[in-house]
Amino acid sequence: MPVIDLANPTRFLNIVNRVLPWLIAATLILFVIGFYRVMNAPDDYQQGATVKIMFLHVPAAWLGMFGWGLMSVAALGTLVWRHPLADVAGKSAAPIGAAFTLICLITGSLWGRPTWGTYWVWDARLTSMLVLFLLYLGVLALYWTAEDPGRGARAAAVLSLVGAVNLPIIKFSVDWWNTLHQPASVFRMGGSSIDPALLTPLLIMAVAFTLLFLTLHLAVMRNEILRRRVRSMRLMQAQKLAEASA
Amino acid sequence: MSLGPHADFIVAAYAVTIFVIAALIAWVVLDYSTQRRILGDLEERGVTRRSQRKG
Repeated sequence: MPVIDLANPTRFLNIVNRVLPWLIAATLILFVIGFYRVMNAPDDYQQGATVKIMFLHVPAAWLGMFGWGLMSVAALGTLVWRHPLADVAGKSAAPIGAAFTLICLITGSLWGRPTWGTYWVWDARLTSMLVLFLLYLGVLALYWTAEDPGRGARAAAVLSLVGAVNLPIIKFSVDWWNTLHQPASVFRMGGSSIDPALLTPLLIMAVAFTLLFLTLHLAVMRNEILRRRVRSMRLMQAQKLAEASA
Repeated sequence: MSLGPHADFIVAAYAVTIFVIAALIAWVVLDYSTQRRILGDLEERGVTRRSQRKG
């Protein structure tokens, strides 16, 4: 089947309905394996058991950024190619990305208190992550409050592209500025600095959370397509009533 | 499995994560059933989309 066929919402819905049960099953299996490995992971030699927060915090941070990256690509699809599903994809990624960014901020704060002695500092990594969360709220506000969905979508797409500037700032903030937050320890030159006993469960949890993100994203896209159908049917109904009364 | 002296922070982190994700899933499921119900109501009243019309 040509990829262009995915542009047809009805065909896309058929594919989503077929794929979702498998994605849900794969997500659940990976979470069971992930939590088993997390429970049996050793304590860190410095942080002790608080390292268990890493298995939530790090995947949530990656997915918060992934969500915005997805929205930026979708924004190009909306503004440049006017792909029918691009706006649906962008709008659907926003609440999920915001949720993962919120999880990242809260778990980071709860990890910071016993490790650093404080819930929050205004260092570059923490602040840029907070900015990402506020940008998510801005995009959601544009989508949910615009009277004309088309204008709201275009404004949200522009904000998504502008906000993408924040992604490299988040990633390299620990290199560019002095931060309390530790530098990159998984994806770095010379390989990961994390012991394999902790790295393996972290990667399993990261894949599980990524599958969860994709599952939710497809489900929210399905809801959004149905919502647009409801809207167009109501508009047609209103038009019919207006013609009948004229 | 011992969570050490900072068990409260670890448990709170997992609880918050589970709560946020559960809320997200609940919203998705409820929204799906709401949209399906509204679509069903509209179709029952004879409202169709252009692509559904015959001829």
